Amino acid sequence: MADINTPALGESVTEATVARWTKKVGEAVKKDEILVELETDKVSLEVASPADGVLSAIGAAEGATVVPGTVLGVVTEGATASAAPAAAAPKAAEAPKPAPARAAAPAPAPVAAAPAAAPVSPAPARIAAETGLDLSKVAGTGKDGRVTKGDALAALEARASAPAPAAAPAAPRALHEREERVKMTRLRQTIARRLKEAQNTAAMLTTFNEVDMSAVMALRAQYKDIFEKRHGVKLGFMSFFTKAVVAALKAIPDVNAEIDGTDIVYKNHYDIGVAVGTDKGLVVPVVRDADTLNLAEIEKAIGVLGKKARDGQLSIEDMQGGTFTITNGGIYGSLMSTPILNAPQSGILGMHAIKERAMVVNGKIEIRPMMYLALSYDHRVVDGAGAVTFLVKVKEALEDPQRLLLDL
Amino acid sequence: MAQYDVVIIGGGPGGYNAAIRAGQLGLKVAIVEGRGKLGGTCLNVGCMPSKALLHASELYAAATGPEFAKLGIEVKPKLNLPQMMAQKAESVEALTKGVEFLMKKNKVDYVKGWGRIAGAGKVVVKAEDGSETTLETKNIVIATGSEPTPLPGVTVDNKRIIDSTGALSLPEVPKHLVVVGAGVIGLELGSVWKRLGAEVTVVEYLDRILPGTDTEVANAFQKILVKQGFKFQLGAKVSGATASAKGVKLSFEPVAGGDAQTIEADYVLVAIGRRPYTQGLGLETVGVTRDKRGMIANNHFKTGVDGVWVIGDVTSGPMLAHKAEDEGVACIEMIAGKAGHVNYGIIPGVVYTSPEVATVGQTEDELKAAGVAYKVGKFPFLANSRAKINHETDGFVKILADAKTDRILGAHMVGPNVGDMIAEYCVAMEFGGASEDVARTCHPHPTRSEALRQAAMGVEGWTMQA
Repeated sequence: MADINTPALGESVTEATVARWTKKVGEAVKKDEILVELETDKVSLEVASPADGVLSAIGAAEGATVVPGTVLGVVTEGATASAAPAAAAPKAAEAPKPAPARAAAPAPAPVAAAPAAAPVSPAPARIAAETGLDLSKVAGTGKDGRVTKGDALAALEARASAPAPAAAPAAPRALHEREERVKMTRLRQTIARRLKEAQNTAAMLTTFNEVDMSAVMALRAQYKDIFEKRHGVKLGFMSFFTKAVVAALKAIPDVNAEIDGTDIVYKNHYDIGVAVGTDKGLVVPVVRDADTLNLAEIEKAIGVLGKKARDGQLSIEDMQGGTFTITNGGIYGSLMSTPILNAPQSGILGMHAIKERAMVVNGKIEIRPMMYLALSYDHRVVDGAGAVTFLVKVKEALEDPQRLLLDL
Repeated sequence: MAQYDVVIIGGGPGGYNAAIRAGQLGLKVAIVEGRGKLGGTCLNVGCMPSKALLHASELYAAATGPEFAKLGIEVKPKLNLPQMMAQKAESVEALTKGVEFLMKKNKVDYVKGWGRIAGAGKVVVKAEDGSETTLETKNIVIATGSEPTPLPGVTVDNKRIIDSTGALSLPEVPKHLVVVGAGVIGLELGSVWKRLGAEVTVVEYLDRILPGTDTEVANAFQKILVKQGFKFQLGAKVSGATASAKGVKLSFEPVAGGDAQTIEADYVLVAIGRRPYTQGLGLETVGVTRDKRGMIANNHFKTGVDGVWVIGDVTSGPMLAHKAEDEGVACIEMIAGKAGHVNYGIIPGVVYTSPEVATVGQTEDELKAAGVAYKVGKFPFLANSRAKINHETDGFVKILADAKTDRILGAHMVGPNVGDMIAEYCVAMEFGGASEDVARTCHPHPTRSEALRQAAMGVEGWTMQA
């Protein structure tokens, strides 16, 4: 017998939700074959089978909350698929019935995953009876995950201190016709919570500018083939924007700082988060030490991170520690937007769609490929002058890329 | 030469329980013991024989004192000390045989002789006849226990100046027994001879008895002992002893300064503590080191040297048989690749006097020092019906719980049978229980265990029977 354990989930991540089992109880599995997917606040994780054999029990059903070390299920080594249900524990034997997995999943309980299955101690039972607290939703800290009185009291306190959000789930409104209710994924819940936290914390406002993309586009048109041949990666706009942002951050260090209590922490490293839309939601992997990379290296880094993001393969480490973020609404056609900060960062640059517009150049009207730029910033750290200067620096670097070469 | 998975050096509670667990888990295991009997200090010259004498002397005191007369039983008891010692020896003998049987049952090789480590994976056993055998093993568990700490200037001769071993087999009841050290062993053995008729004086360096125990409990217990006729000289530093054929002159002076005093006793019991025992163990052959006090440090029972483990009195933590036992089990489980664990926060301590003292978890002094907000629930045995019927009303139960979560942080009690009853709190605490959990658990009436429940109720102010 080999336990399938919940792996370490990464810094500051304490729990995960079981998203999907790829195997049913009784099915044969191979060592290192993906058995179960977990969702955390930040990423999805895949857990592989620890051994060859048969999945003999599932301890944490889909939707269950688990912590590192929780036994997700059990693989009986060496067993074969047909023989396993008979040979394994009686709990496993009842599992291979056709497709009851979802409804009846918590039935085999060889593990501590579900506190609800554990007997309830007298004090938490009294609290539940008096207050209607659902103990099965309380994370237990006692032996084998039991809910202690302290856990129940803490859950009550949390319920009381968050009256508004608590009220809504307490009485879910009736579904009307042609409506569908779907549980928010953990990633979506985290996105929601973090965006709101950023809005509630920072003194956030947005400044705008526009950039004439002629120079960058010309440069790109001229060198894109030779660049790709030489570096094996396409020359895109993101590397120019990243370079321009790093140069501007160096000029205006406030934008690369964060507030920590009553202190300001200035960061002398330039780790640029690049927002990537995936089918599950927005994630922001980080290009490390962007100031030390050349354009090709930046393009490569973004390419690798973007693919990982779309494949759901990003690790927690990939997304931690960014100092500034770039988000590109332009790829969806956005003309102008006010991005929300990626806390605790103090600035985020919004890129938008490039549109040919009539511009007055040297007294004449010319058609130029134009992009609106938006910088949302935390006014607690960054002054208006700094923010505007920052955005002007970005604009100037893009309109005249030679400035980047000359470090101007 | 046999190849073992585990060789355990020392046949005490740590060692023999480790051996049983190893056998259960299918490891090839040997236990090495030179005493000639298994069971270690605990079974041979510690917990068990002292309990035999505590029980016998308690009944003797009840018979000779006012208790029997009060109950309407009129007897003229006569002490037969040799018989009392003989029944003690008989019980101990039966228990050591029982441990030997458990070794056989669990397929443990019992190797008689003194074991010493002779390099990595080698234990040499020297038998009584001087012959030596070498055992080869993947793992060595050091479980050699402890011995009484000597007191400079007061040399134990086990004639007039005795240690705990000597105090378990005195040939006569002393007229005046002086006990140096007001710890568990001194107070238990002092109690034995007190009940058999000795005058007992306890001399202690600190200004309190039972250091480390909850102060309120220790103070209450001291008052009970004084009521029983114990005399205490606290804050007194023993400076020397002169033994003659007839007795001992023991001199001591106040720690705070002042004139020295001398008292005469026919026996002096030195019970100032115990120290790790590692003599001739060959630690240097594998590079295991000891600290200043002779203790072998451990990290989850690992000595830091591959394949050498350590449990019980010889390593850190309280010198208690049940702590050694738990460590033995956990250590073997780790050797077998399992998740062995000892919860050091919930190791109970008991003083087997009458009444008993029992404690588990943090003391009130510790909680105050740590700045933890806590609530107290207390209940006196005077208000417990069963205790009252039995004329055992001395003592009380005190429960300490977290002020916010109500989690039980400590249970401290002095009273009849509390050494057995405290196990209830050990279980509750192991499961993260709140005082309310105990308060809402039905307890049988009429029993002394009700006092434990009433005290739990007291934490949230709803004690019902006082």
